[in-house]
Amino acid sequence: MSFLRRNRAAFITLAVAILFLAQGVLREETQIVFRKAVNICMECIGLG
Amino acid sequence: MGKLREHIRTWVQLLFAALTNGYAAGFANGTIYKGASKLVCVPGLNCYSCPGALGSCPIGSFQAVITSRTNKFTFYVIGFLLLFGALFGRLVCGWLCPFGLVQDLLHKIPFPKKLRRLPGDRVLKYLKYIILIGFVIVLPLTVLDIVGQGQPWFCKYICPSGTLFAGIPLIASNPPLRAALGWLFTWKMAILVVLLVLSVAVYRPFCRYLCPLGAIYGLFNPIALYRFRIDAEKCTQCGACRHACKLDISVWETPNSAECIRCGDCRRACPRGAIDTVNPCPVKRKKDA
Repeated sequence: MSFLRRNRAAFITLAVAILFLAQGVLREETQIVFRKAVNICMECIGLG
Repeated sequence: MGKLREHIRTWVQLLFAALTNGYAAGFANGTIYKGASKLVCVPGLNCYSCPGALGSCPIGSFQAVITSRTNKFTFYVIGFLLLFGALFGRLVCGWLCPFGLVQDLLHKIPFPKKLRRLPGDRVLKYLKYIILIGFVIVLPLTVLDIVGQGQPWFCKYICPSGTLFAGIPLIASNPPLRAALGWLFTWKMAILVVLLVLSVAVYRPFCRYLCPLGAIYGLFNPIALYRFRIDAEKCTQCGACRHACKLDISVWETPNSAECIRCGDCRRACPRGAIDTVNPCPVKRKKDA
């Protein structure tokens, strides 16, 4: 019990993280990330 | 044993960098990996256009989503940052970031006058928060082109990790990209060279002063599951921890400083073992008992 109490803020943050991840997947943000990540990012490599 | 512990972190960094950048064919062909694992963010600043990258950079992904036509907020990437932040805080910077590894290795090069910090350190350390708010959030959201789309300002104008791990290898192995080189590449190369040269004299200048990802993870240091505490009965405030800390943190005063990357040098240096984790490893706890 003291482990949970001692780390209350971390566990609340973890719960919010899981909810956010689930919401992100439902909103298909993963597809935006994927589309960006599988094409060479011209800005990232310094070509504009 | 002390020497071995010192090397463990370097080996973990090397192993993690190799695992998350394991697409060797990309380096040979001047292409990038296009598999499904790129849906997932890696914890460190690891450009998704690195030819070997198997995952996505969280800062790049953040900007990609908020500059998309459909979303101005990203639950997905913020969820990742909250997850790694709540578990590890800036341990990610110290152990899992490939650009941190490069700076660590450069700092091992002998140099006559190593600096504990840059002049103006007290102010400069807040620059990373300005970069986070300005270049990662505000500018991508507000400066739009004629079709209403923003740009990844941090990736485009600052990120030295992208230049080193993506720009240089891709341009070296992909001739059509070489033909498109211009002032932007020169600017980004200048930032990279300054930071790499500076890393020899100052420990991790990019992480300390510029990295927006470190700025985010640092906020979690006081609450993360992996965090430090000082045993007030053992601590004599001798300053050995600060002397050992390459980031010049007074660990006995602020064990969970936002600047701490959890390298563990302070814990090894403490003569009385006064620095411990709040949640010790159960195996170690059993052994101690």
